[in-house]
Amino acid sequence: MFTLRRLGESVPLDNVIATPLFAVNVFAPIEWFLNYVFGPGMDVLADLLGMPMLEYPYMQRAYLAALCIALIGPVVGTFLVHREMAMISDTLAHTAFAGVAVGLFLNSAFSLTLSPLFTAFVVAVVTALLVELLVEHAGAYSDTSLAIVLTGGFAVGSILITATDGGIAVGIDAYLFGSLATVSTESVGILVLMSVLVGSLVTLAYRPLLYVTFDATAARAARLNVRLYKRLMVVLTALVVVSAMQIMGVILVAAMLVVPVAAAAQVAESFKQSILLAILAAEFAAIAGVTLSYVYGIAAGGSIVVAAIAVYTLALSSRELRHRLPTVQRFSSSQSEHPGTELEADGGEQE
Amino acid sequence: MTTATTKRQQSGDPLISVDDVTFGYGEVPVLESVSIDVDPGSFVGLVGPNGSGKSTLLDLMLGLRRPDEGTVSLFGEPAHKFDAGERIGYVAQDATKAARDMPITVREVVEMGRYPRRLFGRFSAADRQAIEDALEQVGITDLASRRVGRLSGGQRQRVFIARALASEADLLALDEPTVGVDAESREEFYGLIHDLNATGLTVILIEHDIGVVTTHATDVACLDRQLFFDGDPEEFVETDALSQAYGKDQHILQHDHE
Repeated sequence: MFTLRRLGESVPLDNVIATPLFAVNVFAPIEWFLNYVFGPGMDVLADLLGMPMLEYPYMQRAYLAALCIALIGPVVGTFLVHREMAMISDTLAHTAFAGVAVGLFLNSAFSLTLSPLFTAFVVAVVTALLVELLVEHAGAYSDTSLAIVLTGGFAVGSILITATDGGIAVGIDAYLFGSLATVSTESVGILVLMSVLVGSLVTLAYRPLLYVTFDATAARAARLNVRLYKRLMVVLTALVVVSAMQIMGVILVAAMLVVPVAAAAQVAESFKQSILLAILAAEFAAIAGVTLSYVYGIAAGGSIVVAAIAVYTLALSSRELRHRLPTVQRFSSSQSEHPGTELEADGGEQE
Repeated sequence: MTTATTKRQQSGDPLISVDDVTFGYGEVPVLESVSIDVDPGSFVGLVGPNGSGKSTLLDLMLGLRRPDEGTVSLFGEPAHKFDAGERIGYVAQDATKAARDMPITVREVVEMGRYPRRLFGRFSAADRQAIEDALEQVGITDLASRRVGRLSGGQRQRVFIARALASEADLLALDEPTVGVDAESREEFYGLIHDLNATGLTVILIEHDIGVVTTHATDVACLDRQLFFDGDPEEFVETDALSQAYGKDQHILQHDHE
């Protein structure tokens, strides 16, 4: 399979990814942070734990990137999952792949030096808004239209990749399955910037986003600008999947917006708590996944997702356990009066 | 009791005025020349067979849709331009679905009632007081930190009413609020709505159970694309508006109601 070292050796991506995304070097602070704060901190941790891998700069970058992904993924994912729109993250990831291909194609056809990541951002955000517009007209999300956009994006991507000269097609593995070896300072910088941007926007718009997620009709009656916040939601999703794509891979990135959220939903009481628990679950999965990926030379994205699913399984079984323990039957007093509705509520949760 | 009652408008003007409204989805006509007024403090029960345009009429009344012809005014303004969202408490038909699955507490839902007034920034002391009052008024203070999905159907409906009360709404719009709620809780629920209406809160209720409507509403509007009846519940029972609107299936819709 796609081992870390093989990807690192065979992928001539450095020249592609290192293409500057911004004219000014906005990543100088990130570099400083990596060299003087995060790096030395990890060095100390390496000594403490006796794990020399934590001292390697490329592993330090990988850990920081994974930590950022595990923050913004669940923060946006919690709203998506509870609006029953989890599939849109997968759809946007696949169209982001088309965006990468568009960048590579334009570069090769017109001798440009566009960053493929930049074209991926553009294509994903535009697709996100188009999908939302379609939904506004159709009235509801349809599996069929998302499936068409998802496969369509991937199809366009594959055509453009093969139409571009063969040298680049080799490197596409890294986008499909993700890679730690190619995490540049720039990709870490983008992730840190995105964490700040996504984190602040969600914090600022927390109330309207929650209202629209929970009860869009009532939010509209209460005169909230529901369309604006729905659009904000899909744009944030596009930003998250594209910035996480390089580590997680196009095919797996959606898992970071869905699996930790599903785990948290099993045990959380409040919405705020579910966001916090989802972040915790994702951070655990990210650290475990990156570590396993290095130690066994296995794919990072896959390891992170498997670790996240393990957390989900744990959450699921802990909830089942809690329901069976007599001491934790906190809800029995109120629900025993309405045996019919108790069944209904449980059935709804398990689905 | 909150101060909302005293603030509610007492003037004689109708709170909602639907004037000769026609509406259709594309080529499909849903409402034809419907005119109806909702007076402040009234309890309007909207009945009619499935697909008769009840929910559409409610949407039009609240300014969520615009009529093809005719006008709708809400609190004296054109309904679609009205923007004081806190004056409207709306419990949509599908509201409880997300409430069942989502991790969210009773308090978090009731707090949404304050969002139209405070979408950003910290809640004020008045905001927090209104939330506490609303919880208490519908009797769910002790459930405040519970996850809504783990409540019974009847308790869950009270959460939505508390949300409307927290916003100190003048108008409560309910679209089949007790679907899937057992008979006993339904009775309690409508008792609560009845009491709230008695304090001056205007209520519009869509309900398929005609017994509920004739028991609690002060006005009944019977709809099937056109308005077949608009008046007292007692009168409604005596006229043949019901059979006109429902055709011969009406016996199915009249449940026992004591």
